[in-house]
Amino acid sequence: MSTADQRSGPAELSRRANRLRGRVLRAIHLAGAGHTGGSLSCLDLLTILYHRVLRIDPAHPGDPARDRYIQSKGHSVEALYVVLASRGFFPDADLDTLCRYRSPLVGHPTRKTPGIEQNTGALGHGLSVAAGMALGARLGPHPFNVYCLLGDGELAEGSNWEAALCAAHHRLDNLTAIIDHNGLQITGAVREVMNVEPLADKWRAFGWEVREVDGHDFETLCGTFDALPFAPGKPSLILAHTIKGRGVSFMENQAGWHHRVPKEDELRAALAELESTAATPAPHGH
Amino acid sequence: MATEVAADPAHGLANQDVFSATLLELARANPDILVVTSDSRGSGKLVPFGRELPGQLIEVGIAEQNLVGVAAGLASTGKKVFAVSPACFLTARSLEQIKNDVCYSDHPVVLVGISAGVSYGALGSTHHSLHDFAALRAIHNLTLAAPADNWETRGAVHAAAAAPKPVYLRFGKRPVPHLHCEPAEPFAFGRAYRLHDGDDLAFLATGETVPRALGACRRLASEGIHARLLGVPTLRPLDEAALLDAARTCAAVITVEEHSVHGGLGEAVASLLLHHRLAPAFRIVGIPDEDTVTGSQEEIFNHYGISPEGLAQTARDLLRP
Ligand SMILES: [Mg+2]
Repeated sequence: MSTADQRSGPAELSRRANRLRGRVLRAIHLAGAGHTGGSLSCLDLLTILYHRVLRIDPAHPGDPARDRYIQSKGHSVEALYVVLASRGFFPDADLDTLCRYRSPLVGHPTRKTPGIEQNTGALGHGLSVAAGMALGARLGPHPFNVYCLLGDGELAEGSNWEAALCAAHHRLDNLTAIIDHNGLQITGAVREVMNVEPLADKWRAFGWEVREVDGHDFETLCGTFDALPFAPGKPSLILAHTIKGRGVSFMENQAGWHHRVPKEDELRAALAELESTAATPAPHGH
Repeated sequence: MATEVAADPAHGLANQDVFSATLLELARANPDILVVTSDSRGSGKLVPFGRELPGQLIEVGIAEQNLVGVAAGLASTGKKVFAVSPACFLTARSLEQIKNDVCYSDHPVVLVGISAGVSYGALGSTHHSLHDFAALRAIHNLTLAAPADNWETRGAVHAAAAAPKPVYLRFGKRPVPHLHCEPAEPFAFGRAYRLHDGDDLAFLATGETVPRALGACRRLASEGIHARLLGVPTLRPLDEAALLDAARTCAAVITVEEHSVHGGLGEAVASLLLHHRLAPAFRIVGIPDEDTVTGSQEEIFNHYGISPEGLAQTARDLLRP
């Protein structure tokens, strides 16, 4: 049976996530393309998933009993690539081929990349696919859990709500959706572009068991993921409050960094800031 | 080469009924075969399936986008999934899910468009699917088939169940005549079937227009015009050898389909022939680019010349020097 690697604890996850932030920025800088802000906002969530939660084995990526992770907000693929490489699905050096001619590391997730389960990038698709996987897991013969990461701007796509209805109707308690709720999308604040609030109430009304958490507080995140499923017979929703551009002060909460690429001096400043954060860890939360 | 088969005019069942009966047989023997429906089990003739194998039918309600996404997810776990919904909704509402979740992600889902073409003729264009071949031909990694009769339907369902890649099947809801009697070989995707012999002109027809083209061949035969009929159940991959042979042998080629004249069988054949420097006298018969007339499937076919006499007249006009 595949397992998460030693189920890393909060302190180790936090240190690792800090390192991976720098790797994301270097990869995007080299590629000259990428979704910087959203990759940094979901990076802590991906780190805990791949280094604590998911029962997966990079040596056996096709194990039928493996847990599945679907990234519905496919544009934050740089964070996913960096975390997959850190988990051993492919060599770190491959990250330097991001968006290059014929590289498997395409600008949105594809199954060409080891460890990726589904091609995403058009928004509003992932949760239906995840629900289908969760149904498949329940039918057997291999039970497993399914995790799906959604963006908050993405929730304006109506298909998400078809999937939300379906998962609750079919009582998929092996399915967990995580919302990277950074409050921003490409044009600006989600509230102003198309208000999706109140999110927790909406998901509860759709039949999901909801927990709201600080999406950068590893202590809380570990406890939350460890408590899954939140209620028998119901799909679980983790509403993770996050900061777009998290970890680099001049990128934080700036819609402009949605897909802006750091220039040489910006990259240097960002890496220096991440290094000083690593030396003196900030208190949890924000 | 196409296979020669005889034709029996006796009426069979609706292809949709044969689809559901065949699927039930297969699913009894294979618990990994699943059907996903969008409140469509009645129109898909799947009520007996759901009654007998309730654990193998998954209902998602009137939500076709979710239908296709769920089917892709299920297929990724090793299930053989048939996603069944009226063709008009399945191939328009869920087109992006077909493109990304099934074809691009390469999950071997069988997409089943029921009541296709103008099966729902009287219900208006919301319920017609005259765009599906065009839309789906431009999407990579999808076999496309529109069986003409019960034998082709049964064969296509078996072939789809065994296919390691995504498949789209398109069925109508009216009883259709038998066209294949004691075929020498099993149905296979990518094969055309010779249903009438002749070298003067060739009809290349697909789906439920094939019996009309056969009627035209018989009328023309009584006038001394020898028409070949190739049934083309698979639009992708095309049986290029059989189609090219028809175009090389016959002075005229007429394609016939229950689809817009844009983007379907006709334009696929035209492209094939031009690429091979073949330019026989040529007509695409289908539903023209206009506000589609409403009525029964039969009435709509007759209105647009998809009838034995209409097609025979198109042939006479095309052959006239
Ligand atoms: Mg956002």
